[in-house]
Amino acid sequence: MSKRTQVSAVVNGDPVDFLTDPGATLLDALRDELGLTGSKEGCGSGDCGACSVILDGRLVCSCLVLAVEAEGRRVETIEGMAEGGRLHILQQKFLEHAALQCGFCTPGILVAAKALLEVNPDPTESETRYWLAGNLCRCTGYDKIIRAVMDAAAELRQVRV
Amino acid sequence: MPHVVVACSSCRAFTGDVTTFDVEAATVREMIRELERRYPGFGEHIERKMAIAIDGEIHQDALFEPLRAESEVYLIPKIGGG
Amino acid sequence: MSDVLERPASSAPLDDGRLKIVGTRPIRPDGVDKVTGRALYGADLAMPGMLVGKVLRSPHPHARIVSIDTRKARALPGVKAIITGADFPELADEEYEAGESASNLRDLALNVMARDKALYNGHALAAVAATSSAVADEALSLIEVVYEVLPHVVAVEAAMADDAPVLHDKLFTGGLKEKPTKASNIAKRNEIKRGDLAAGFAEADVIFESRYDTAATHQGYIEPHACVASMASDGQCQVWSSSQGQFMIRTYCAKVLDIDASSIRVTPAEIGGGFGGKTTVYLEPLALALSRQSGAPVKMVMTRDEVFRASGPTSASVMTVRLGAKADGTLTAADVELKFQAGAFPGSPVGAASMTALACYDIPNFSIVGYDVVTNTPKVAAYRAPGAPISAFGVESAMDDLALTLGMDPIALREKNAVHDGTKASYGPTFRNIGYAETLEAIRSHPHYSAPLGPNQGRGVAVGFWFNVGGESTAAVNIAEDGTAMVITGNPDIGGSRASMAMMAAEVLGLPIEKVRPIVADTASIGFSMLTGGSRTTFAVGMAVTQAAQKIVEDLKRRAALLMDVSVDQVDWIYGAAVCTDVSKGKADLSLADLAAKSGQTGGPIGSQISLNAQGAGPGFGVHVCDVEVDPETGHVTILRYTAAQDVGKAIHPSYVEGQIQGGVAQGVGWALNEEYVFDTGGVMENAGFLDYRVPVASDLPMIDTVMVEVANPRHPFGAKGVGEVPIVPPLAAVANAVRGAIGKRMTSLPLSPPKIRAAIDAG
Repeated sequence: MSKRTQVSAVVNGDPVDFLTDPGATLLDALRDELGLTGSKEGCGSGDCGACSVILDGRLVCSCLVLAVEAEGRRVETIEGMAEGGRLHILQQKFLEHAALQCGFCTPGILVAAKALLEVNPDPTESETRYWLAGNLCRCTGYDKIIRAVMDAAAELRQVRV
Repeated sequence: MPHVVVACSSCRAFTGDVTTFDVEAATVREMIRELERRYPGFGEHIERKMAIAIDGEIHQDALFEPLRAESEVYLIPKIGGG
Repeated sequence: MSDVLERPASSAPLDDGRLKIVGTRPIRPDGVDKVTGRALYGADLAMPGMLVGKVLRSPHPHARIVSIDTRKARALPGVKAIITGADFPELADEEYEAGESASNLRDLALNVMARDKALYNGHALAAVAATSSAVADEALSLIEVVYEVLPHVVAVEAAMADDAPVLHDKLFTGGLKEKPTKASNIAKRNEIKRGDLAAGFAEADVIFESRYDTAATHQGYIEPHACVASMASDGQCQVWSSSQGQFMIRTYCAKVLDIDASSIRVTPAEIGGGFGGKTTVYLEPLALALSRQSGAPVKMVMTRDEVFRASGPTSASVMTVRLGAKADGTLTAADVELKFQAGAFPGSPVGAASMTALACYDIPNFSIVGYDVVTNTPKVAAYRAPGAPISAFGVESAMDDLALTLGMDPIALREKNAVHDGTKASYGPTFRNIGYAETLEAIRSHPHYSAPLGPNQGRGVAVGFWFNVGGESTAAVNIAEDGTAMVITGNPDIGGSRASMAMMAAEVLGLPIEKVRPIVADTASIGFSMLTGGSRTTFAVGMAVTQAAQKIVEDLKRRAALLMDVSVDQVDWIYGAAVCTDVSKGKADLSLADLAAKSGQTGGPIGSQISLNAQGAGPGFGVHVCDVEVDPETGHVTILRYTAAQDVGKAIHPSYVEGQIQGGVAQGVGWALNEEYVFDTGGVMENAGFLDYRVPVASDLPMIDTVMVEVANPRHPFGAKGVGEVPIVPPLAAVANAVRGAIGKRMTSLPLSPPKIRAAIDAG
């Protein structure tokens, strides 16, 4: 057994320190060391997107990032999306559009959608579908998810104006 | 008297080629008892493995459902689902 | 359960015009937890001192287990428990009804942990519990298994051959008039017949016949199976797990481990998708056995590879369909043969596939023969309308070709032969209160159906049927001291059922939806309910919830009469308040909050529980139309437009009904176009991951339009019918029929992958 490594990072705006096995993924560290179980493991191979987080502003599958790689970096997870108990517009729109059924893929899709709207505040349906193509949802057929994201984008554009 | 039809082949081991029966019975339980009497093992098979449609309505557990003189009873396999 | 004959209080659905909540679209009560990451799923639970459990799985698809030596693994520091088949009691070879449908317990136990033989690649042979994941992995590598590798068989027709390797030497084909003397992989032959087949075909002006095959597909829930289990030294067990039914988990664990059901308390985690695949146990009995041996709680989580290799897919199949019709389209005869792969143990859904195959049609003469065939592949589990999409693929493809041959519009051909109220269904009973004709009309008159198509584009239509079930259900409603309500049920919420339960209770009580809190309780906190499946929850559990709320309203009227000093027949319950119908008495209305505040003076706490066995689930029909474009260079199929109409009885929460339909369509499209189990010649699944087993992604699909046809089910208090399963039935054929339109060739083998379509185009 190799020794555990100490990692210091900023998670959802707060500085954190944790110990991790060298082979552990960022997803493992978030879930098992920091208790942030909102990010889910659906495949462990970067194919389903349920573990999506934003690492230094970039959307990544946290199951494909080693925990030790988070040293000194900023991680945003689903737990940081609502601010002070106030839901993000995307979260609110997912509820209004009934864009979730079992809800397991929802955290990853919300994080991915937030990353989309940060780089493209006015995505077409097609752009939204291709951006979210790395996030599997088996329940909804994506229809209401796409509508919720585009509705949130429209509302965010109004807020900005 | 109620007319009973077996709609699938799982009952053949008990009844051979006979697939319809007229059974003097006021409830499903009486019907099952009578079929058990005629074909030993068949009643138990019905109780454990068959759903019972009485005049078009499917009952998965129908032991005490009443039967009318003109009732049509279909024995079909129990239905599950996903 | 208290009363198996319980019927709804009123035989007619509550008047639509008066509904305030049912039929609206409130935000689901569990929504905030699920968009903020708070909701706890199977793998999200942790206990102090918890160990990690892992499973050793067979690398061979068929092998005798000569010996398993665990000594080296046991000696590894950090290993706390190791179990094999020898740690489980021998179970009788008997059917047992648990939650939903009968299962053979011995087969179930042998699937959870192999004994003498490994029957598929991935079959569990041993399990370990250790202090860390790394130690558990190392322990697995130290377990020494000696195998005698046996010849294996994967394809269904190969398994039916006389010289096929036999999986079970005590399996004799059932359903034959004479009991066979030789063991066979054909577990059962079933047959449904009506009329005179030969005479029916003799009457026909046109006869169409074809052969079809479909690949095994997986339910593909995104959440892998996961649980935490603990057994204390006094035998008391706790299980937290993600499944379609906490009572199902309790029953199966009790049976497989031979312990009392009441000693096991199962708490349902949120479930990350099931689609039928979580209607059985894989990990929970292992985790309990490991906990018993180690004395510590044990957590087990499948990898995606394990989900594919060791949890239930649905059957691969081979079918033939022969249809006879008169020149005007009237069907005179149908002959259907279905061969279904069951996996390692009997139990494919070929029975349901047979019963649904011709359920949309009124045909005087038919024969449907089905074969349930064991193979060296994972034992199949239920998958959304089990079996029905497969037989519908064959029948609906053949109907499409028949329409083409006759020069008839495909919907007109289906209308000509459609079942109606009073028609005797192909599977026996007589249909009542069905909305099939209305659903066909909804698609015929939809703008989609007459929209123009471009080059390389095609349009396909298909119909589908599912029984829907009711069953044993319990619900409790309790009123808090401030007049708000809790609704407690025992059914995991997969797709928004908390919302529908709360809405039905709120409607009856006359409370705003946000004043009603729905809870999914553990097995020690609410009476028994069958699992969430068979499209039964909103129908059957909703019936229990409605009756429990109605019982409270009766009690509230009694309490109000006491307080108002009038007789109870002078009190009405109107939108959440007791109202004295004799206005001359000048009594002020008493709200639920008023009555709750005085509950101590009027008889104590206000609450009720209803246990019933719901009968009268209305069958569901769906009609789908799909447009595709085929790229003639690559053979790639793009779904351009999709519209699905369905008779839903009454949509309690229309958004989640639409969501069920859209989700079913998406799964069906995946089944039609991409998804399949691919085995190498060694019987090992080659694509056990989401990269190579390709479920539809957002960019594969268009918006999916839905039409909810509401033909009320008189046996449900609000007219609801089950909706979750019907929508996966038509898409396989709807897509295939659209592809036929686009390329002018009939594709009979699923999935319709680009190489197959290219080959068909190239063949000219």
